[in-house]
Amino acid sequence: MKDFSALLDALSYMASRNGKLRLIADYCARVEDPARGYALAALTGELSFAGAKAGAIRALAEERSDPVLFRWSYDYVGDLAETTALIWQARPGANRPPDLPEVVEALQEATRAKVPALIEAWLDGLDATGRWALLKLITGALRVGVSARLAKTALAEWSGKPLADIEEIWPSLEPPYGPLFDWLEGKGPKPDAGDAPTFRPLMLATPLEEGALDSLAPAEFLAEWKWDGIRVQLVSTPGGRRLFSRTGEDVGPAFPEILEAADFQAVLDGELLVLQEGEVGSFNALQQRLNRKAPTAKLLAESPAHIRLYDALMLEGKELRQLALTARRERLEAWYRSRMPARMDLSPLIAFEGWDQLSTLRAEARANGIEGLMLKRKDSAYLAGRPKGPWFKWKRDPLIADCVLMYAQRGHGKRSSFYSDYTFGAWRDGETGPELVPVGKAYFGFTDEELKQLDKWVRDHTTERFGPVRAVEPGLVLEVAFDALQRSSRHKSGIAMRFPRVSRIRWDKPVEEADGLETLVALLEQ
Amino acid sequence: MDTWLRVTEAGLYCEPLDCYIDPTRAVHRAVLTHGHADHARPGHQAVLATAETIAIVKARYGENAAGSFQALALGERLSMGDGRLWLAPAGHVLGSAQVAIEWRGVRAVISGDYKRRPDPTCPPFEVVACDLYITEATFGLPVFRHPPAEGEVARLLHSLSVFPERTHLVGAYALGKAQRVVRMLRLAGYDRPIYLHGAMQKLMALYQELGVELGELRPATNLKGEKLPGEIVVAPPSAIGDRWSRRFADPVTAVASGWMRVRARARQSRAELPLVISDHADWDELLQTVREVEAGEVWVTHGNEEALCHAASGLGIRARALSLVGRGEAEQEAAEPA
Repeated sequence: MKDFSALLDALSYMASRNGKLRLIADYCARVEDPARGYALAALTGELSFAGAKAGAIRALAEERSDPVLFRWSYDYVGDLAETTALIWQARPGANRPPDLPEVVEALQEATRAKVPALIEAWLDGLDATGRWALLKLITGALRVGVSARLAKTALAEWSGKPLADIEEIWPSLEPPYGPLFDWLEGKGPKPDAGDAPTFRPLMLATPLEEGALDSLAPAEFLAEWKWDGIRVQLVSTPGGRRLFSRTGEDVGPAFPEILEAADFQAVLDGELLVLQEGEVGSFNALQQRLNRKAPTAKLLAESPAHIRLYDALMLEGKELRQLALTARRERLEAWYRSRMPARMDLSPLIAFEGWDQLSTLRAEARANGIEGLMLKRKDSAYLAGRPKGPWFKWKRDPLIADCVLMYAQRGHGKRSSFYSDYTFGAWRDGETGPELVPVGKAYFGFTDEELKQLDKWVRDHTTERFGPVRAVEPGLVLEVAFDALQRSSRHKSGIAMRFPRVSRIRWDKPVEEADGLETLVALLEQ
Repeated sequence: MDTWLRVTEAGLYCEPLDCYIDPTRAVHRAVLTHGHADHARPGHQAVLATAETIAIVKARYGENAAGSFQALALGERLSMGDGRLWLAPAGHVLGSAQVAIEWRGVRAVISGDYKRRPDPTCPPFEVVACDLYITEATFGLPVFRHPPAEGEVARLLHSLSVFPERTHLVGAYALGKAQRVVRMLRLAGYDRPIYLHGAMQKLMALYQELGVELGELRPATNLKGEKLPGEIVVAPPSAIGDRWSRRFADPVTAVASGWMRVRARARQSRAELPLVISDHADWDELLQTVREVEAGEVWVTHGNEEALCHAASGLGIRARALSLVGRGEAEQEAAEPA
């Protein structure tokens, strides 16, 4: 447990992604099987234990400590598992610290009634960090800022094996992943993915650069709308059904109706959307669905999920990735017509003659849910990653507003000494004259040099400080670019920007000339 | 007892000996337990303390920090008024002492700040049996049980091996904690030069003069673009997350403090590597000490007085909270040498 708890402890404080990758790699290199396999399972969320919940832990802690001191301590610390870990006093005598495999295996086998006694003995054997890690492991709430994807990336960087290969075999593996580590260390063959519902790395598009169209032949491309949802991969094989995000995170539990509709064998690429009365719903509605691991019946009814299909990687057991796009599309259309799967439709192709015509279509497209256009070479095979050339995304021009900087917050990791997250506002008429109301927050779009200048400006114009946040006097205009504007009841201004970023710093512009809220409201999508 | 030893606006005052202990305002005669700013303030007419504490006070506030200084060796009895006084080691920082006062057959001990753990930069705490014991309670909650400091230093060294290209920036209070961390690194076999923030240099040099082996120390100033990858830099906690830190190679920020035991506090400090190293007694040490001095009465000064009084009552000891103004408040972060 000592190495595992040290790892969790270090991860919980490490802000930088690279730092986290390094910590995981260091752990895998030093720790042996099966402990490291169980640690990996804990990080990727593949371990869960019945019969070990918060109530039982609280009961144990209260039994062992003065109730008054426990209450004061809990008030101070603010977290039950941590308070218990810190306040716990081992019974005198021979207490042996358990190792991780022993804990995991015992919990998997134990009946509910036996769990508290196990935990109590382990708590006696561990130090404070060990107790904290044990309780986090048991309650399944690690919260150390590591996604399954990040953990797999760490394995790839440590072993030198391609991340795509690890992703592909992952669903066929079981903790503690002995064969996986054997392969990663060059001591065994690559495990067979078999029938498991594995994630295939997505094919991504590069942004269309200015003037690039001049060298491209329109006849060689298919065009379709770029939908403003979440790019997903739906995998359904005899081994199971999964819905993966673009990065390979399993988001299936949040969208049970999609998994239910996947009564076929296929790997499909599409855009996850919320459909409300046949229309694409707001991104906000989709975000709410994504945030609920177990959606309520009400939410399911209000914001039903839907996939708009772009592509097929496998149909009825047949691998299609090597085929040309047009051949894959033909098969996808034929399959769709014969199956008519629920909660899915085809993303329509856009007929066009030349780039000018397409350009006009793009400029006119302001309908909800459309982010721009996709251009895909007709002869493109489905390749992992972001190859340059076969696929382009041609986003519609962003919307622009001149806003006034209101608050700045310190960043994390490399940016922790910089005020790098900016909240900006627009003018509206207040009771005593014009006032600013926050309309968004952005933390990128500027260069490192500009960040230094912004940081200095914030420090020189601070009016109030609240922890890591500074309020500044209204004195700097930021030109903000964003993809869309939506109504939001959660924001004071009543609007929410989609994907805001700082496009220019308007050192020259007087703040009085920044935009008013009514200008922004006029941009709201219908 | 509270007639001859009582709390005044200037702090704790002993009438028969006519002196204040760690007064928070300038007074005519002060006995100082140690050199931290919330205990030792400048401007007194006469100061009595250990020679080391006097040297620290002079280094911080100048030769004229007080009208006159009188050094008292540990254990040496001094008659004052119609009582007597002596100093016993407190194990907190170099020069730190408890003040023992005897008057008419009654003995009171004012601990100042103290710890019971070994510290290679100062002599260990000595238990002095007494009738009245006045204790701090900085870590007066049972969630504060400091792990062995050696293990925390080992975590720092392990991080250096995992991130050999990153500067390791260690935030530590300039008096006591910083020297203890450096000395412990040396004892753990770390023999590379250790770099110092400007605010660290004076007291480090003083510790060396007073015989504490700190190895090769270099200023982390005038680096001329050198980013010190893989080196250890010691700085005041307030400097590690600020603009000053940008000169280093993608620094790993460590903070050495007893407060790092609680994750919410550690996160507030923005440390990536919180090190639980404290110069104060933890909960077990506080209770151990309260038992061992066998005092019939305990007064609890700064910290979480309530919980310690509650626990002392449970042991059958009369305990009450003593509110001293200004303790642990000045300079917030800097003056919380925990």
